[in-house]
Amino acid sequence: MSLAQLTLHEAAEKLRQREFTAVELTDAVYRRIAEIEPRVCAYLTLARDAALEEAARADEILKTNRGGGPLLGIPIAIKDNFLTKGLRTTCASKILGDFIPPYDATVIAKIRSAGAVIVGKTNLDEFAMGSSAENSAFFPTRNPWKLERIPGGSSGGSAAAVAADECIAALGTDTGGSIRQPAACCGVVGLKPTYGRVSRYGIVAFASSMDQVGPITKNVRDSALVLEAIAGHDPADSTSADSNAPRYSEMLTGAIGKIRVGVPKEYFVSGMEAEVEDKVRKAIGDLEKRGARIEEISLPHTEYAVAVYYIVATAEASSNLARYDGMRYGYRADARDLLETYTLSRAAGFGAEVKRRIMLGTYVLSAGYYDAYYLKAQKVRTLIKQDFEEAFKHCDLIVTPTAPTTAFRLGEKIEDPLQMYLSDIYTISVNLAGLPALSLPCGFDHDGMPIGMQLIGKPFDEATILRVAHLYEQSTLWHKQKPRIEN
Amino acid sequence: MKLSPEQLREVALLARLRLTSQEEARLSADLDSILRYMDKLNQPNTENVDPFKHMITGINAFREDRVTNPPDPELVLANAPDRDGTFFKVPKIIE
Repeated sequence: MSLAQLTLHEAAEKLRQREFTAVELTDAVYRRIAEIEPRVCAYLTLARDAALEEAARADEILKTNRGGGPLLGIPIAIKDNFLTKGLRTTCASKILGDFIPPYDATVIAKIRSAGAVIVGKTNLDEFAMGSSAENSAFFPTRNPWKLERIPGGSSGGSAAAVAADECIAALGTDTGGSIRQPAACCGVVGLKPTYGRVSRYGIVAFASSMDQVGPITKNVRDSALVLEAIAGHDPADSTSADSNAPRYSEMLTGAIGKIRVGVPKEYFVSGMEAEVEDKVRKAIGDLEKRGARIEEISLPHTEYAVAVYYIVATAEASSNLARYDGMRYGYRADARDLLETYTLSRAAGFGAEVKRRIMLGTYVLSAGYYDAYYLKAQKVRTLIKQDFEEAFKHCDLIVTPTAPTTAFRLGEKIEDPLQMYLSDIYTISVNLAGLPALSLPCGFDHDGMPIGMQLIGKPFDEATILRVAHLYEQSTLWHKQKPRIEN
Repeated sequence: MKLSPEQLREVALLARLRLTSQEEARLSADLDSILRYMDKLNQPNTENVDPFKHMITGINAFREDRVTNPPDPELVLANAPDRDGTFFKVPKIIE
């Protein structure tokens, strides 16, 4: 077995026991990358030389005091919308050119000081806008389970890299499902923490009222370990919550007591593949056998979530992306005057989906349409948030499918933006309400494609969803299955 | 159509995007179908509902105004499309 197949907590333990070194582990990851990356296409930039130096430094620490946290010497992949000092950051967009960040995002600084080894930067939909990783300006990433399928998006590169053992764990961002949906598509674990739980300082902004950072990992314990390392207040991010993050990994006791699991009736309606519904219902049955009390609940405004999201997210994006003006960094077109410099640089630098969202966002914020679209959407967002507040009076967590289908084929939805938006139908309400949610594998369809189950928690209660996810995972073998990558 | 060709061009100017005629045609169709889908927001009753404003319910986050990242002009200018010494060089702004 290659060392690259290890989970984070296995690798951390073996590093500590000196079964192998961090340099050997990192080398195993790059050998795996050399073998399959031409087919999977998960990475935009690899940082092999720097990574081997970081691994050697980790080995020094491991040799001297056997101390350090669980991330020490662990090869981690980073979605390419995190600023990494000295390492090219593109957001999978041409407008950033060969941008070299002058500083690290807070979470990058945190994992660096914990001794993590940064393998490289993973592919995404341009500026994290998409559900398939096909909107990358460079190339699409393939699903390791079947190369003609999408890996999900926008953190498609990170999810594919974890599933294909091209790293031990990865970081992604989630604005409407961009960690959870690709995790479901690739058969791995993806966690979007509560809004405010993890600092966004140094993360390229898309929709600031929803963006969150989180781990994509091979199992639930790894997810808890990475969250522990990156969570917490950051003075540089005024939206980060001023509360300490608990030791999540110590809460995975295997006991869930008489926990109440809410199953929203609005999530089990037409549009979902029968096999997805079947596997998620079976998983809910398994939780019941382990002592959970299952309650049918109602989230009555669910059907408006996609419409609300694509107004709010595009409005915020149109404003956030105004900074790409070709003045201080990124692409600048040759032009006759200032206005033309802006319009031509942005025309050449942004891809079709980003332009579509900037146009939509600008329109819904423009004079005469603001009330009809933006203000109306924010009112309905209040109703969606209240739905969850009401539901959580009757349950401790909510279980749903992560996506209505398994990974679809490359090219299948790229010509129909609305169909693509609807693949986020089960994940976006969570972002609108700022809640934590986790996707983990709960089975496979007849084609052998993974199916994901989503656990949604109360604000700042990542511990409960991690605990329940861990208990479910202990009773199944889904997370142990590995894709056999086609030639 | 929800947006006339003139409106579309007006929005593109506000967004500082030069669109080709092909892009205009495609966007016009796409935005039309997306905005028609948004019409479902007229169904729920939002009378007396406050618009969502912010996820964070706490008070403002204040901190001391101390420099923690001393300026490094070379590092910052390294990504500049054009520069002149320690300045960004930009197109003429005042006629």
